[in-house]
Amino acid sequence: MTNPAIAANGLRKSYGDKTVLDGIDLAVPEGTIFSLLGPNGAGKTTVVKILSTLVSPDPASGEIRVGGHDLAADPQAVRAAIGVTGQFSAVDGLITGEENMLLMADLHHLSKREGRRVAAELLERFDLVEAAKKPASTYSGGMKRRLDIAMTLVGDPRIIFLDEPTTGLDPRSRHTMWQIIRELVTGGVTVFLTTQYLEEADELADRIAVLHDGRIAAEGSAEELKRLIPGGHVRLRFTDPAAYRSAASALREVTRDDEALALQIPSDGSQRELRAVLDRLDSAGVEADELTVHTPDLDDVFFALTGSNVPTQPNQPTQPNQPNQPKEAVR
Amino acid sequence: MNSLSHAVRDSSTMLRRNLLHARRYPSLTLNLLLTPIMLLLLFVYIFGDVMSAGLGGAGRSQYIAYLVPGLLLMTIGSTTIGTAVSVSNDMTEGIIARFRTMAIHRGSVIIGHVISSVLQSVASVVLVGAVAVAIGFRSTDATALEWLAAFGLLVLFAVALTWVAVGMGLISPNAEAASNNAMPMILLPLLSSAFVPVDAMPGWFRPIAEYQPFTPAIETLRGLLLGTGIGHNGWLAVAWCLGLAVLGYFWSASKFNSDPK
Repeated sequence: MTNPAIAANGLRKSYGDKTVLDGIDLAVPEGTIFSLLGPNGAGKTTVVKILSTLVSPDPASGEIRVGGHDLAADPQAVRAAIGVTGQFSAVDGLITGEENMLLMADLHHLSKREGRRVAAELLERFDLVEAAKKPASTYSGGMKRRLDIAMTLVGDPRIIFLDEPTTGLDPRSRHTMWQIIRELVTGGVTVFLTTQYLEEADELADRIAVLHDGRIAAEGSAEELKRLIPGGHVRLRFTDPAAYRSAASALREVTRDDEALALQIPSDGSQRELRAVLDRLDSAGVEADELTVHTPDLDDVFFALTGSNVPTQPNQPTQPNQPNQPKEAVR
Repeated sequence: MNSLSHAVRDSSTMLRRNLLHARRYPSLTLNLLLTPIMLLLLFVYIFGDVMSAGLGGAGRSQYIAYLVPGLLLMTIGSTTIGTAVSVSNDMTEGIIARFRTMAIHRGSVIIGHVISSVLQSVASVVLVGAVAVAIGFRSTDATALEWLAAFGLLVLFAVALTWVAVGMGLISPNAEAASNNAMPMILLPLLSSAFVPVDAMPGWFRPIAEYQPFTPAIETLRGLLLGTGIGHNGWLAVAWCLGLAVLGYFWSASKFNSDPK
């Protein structure tokens, strides 16, 4: 990491009395996906806006370098190195998809011929050939987002900012978008991604930073973050108080929940550990009415770090996250 | 590529984008054309006899001659309301944020709007002028040089009002606000010498009609097209135009360059 693609020190921003970013440090190595994770209003978009030269940071911020260029001293050089796809689609709705692409080619000073070639190639790659002659305002959400990214790629940027690229997309479009993002990085591009979906960060990012109250609450790989919080467990629930009591005495290291008649046993969820638990229950002659395995996921990390209660979901702990579910509702 | 050719290239790209918008969605510009054309027909065919009698004129055709220069300038004012609206609309689009994060000439977005708007103003003036000629307006006494000067004045006036309208568009949060903020562009000509001479107005009102950009511009255009006296109005009109253009330019530039909300 001799020359990170993005390096920010003590990044600060406040609007009036309201502090949005309270001194955050970021270092993103070249050719990696970095994900900034946080709930709505955490300041993710502000970070993207600052790093992409759209708004200026507070003067109290430290040095910020993007693509090796100082953000304050040489914003045009930063702009030449980056591509941005904002949260709200940055396409011109009044003109067609193809015209949008050619507009980008012109602004990157490609020759007419080169511009046409690049536009046609990207429209093809993002499955927009059929829609190319229609006004962009008639596109679906997923198509607009694809056109948006295609436009960002016209200038061959080395660093790409994606601000909540899958918010509001249906599951199929979301997976298409993930595939696109993975392909970008194989070409050596650096991706700075913001998301409110833990699953997305887990899927894509090499490193994740959790933004909370204008500060980085934690940073690391998904695995590192998951290690920050207590491990998984097996949860057994009983309806018969007698069975509950005999199970509690047959098993070691249990956490008892007498009211719910539930037992919690620390476990990594492996087959071996599960069998050990089941064997002990068998030899004690008790049968649990319900058995669930809970492995720590980024949700746990997130709720632990951002100070909300970890929601206990005894009935569906291993079910994958539901990205479309607003996190506020869970909290 | 040096920075000037950069600026020219990016601005012409932006101009192409704006003209494409205007061509795809001409309704805004065409709607704004209705006001001056309606006023022209109203004042000629409905009020024409009364107005010409009131001005001591010989008849309707003389009133047409009096009216047309003012309405041509009012057409420019009306077109620039469209400029304010389309700038304001554009600023709410994500594409502008994209432009700001690209290594393009900073001013090109605004310059594209200004040139496109001036071209639309000229086209609108030609259309309204054609209607005027169709209903009997003639400018036979004017020399080629006066014609050229008249055209120059119209373009200069369009440039001046457009820069101000761009600023109005930039400070407006939405199209409705932009349309309201740009209202003076069409109200001022109503308070000018477009319909009746300043001399015929009540004394207390005359300063309002006199000390505003439309009256000297109208008097100058009238002089160029009809051969009436221009006097100091020529310099006044040019000074107003240059003043408004410079003011509008710096206003727009500072608004566009400040951090978006």
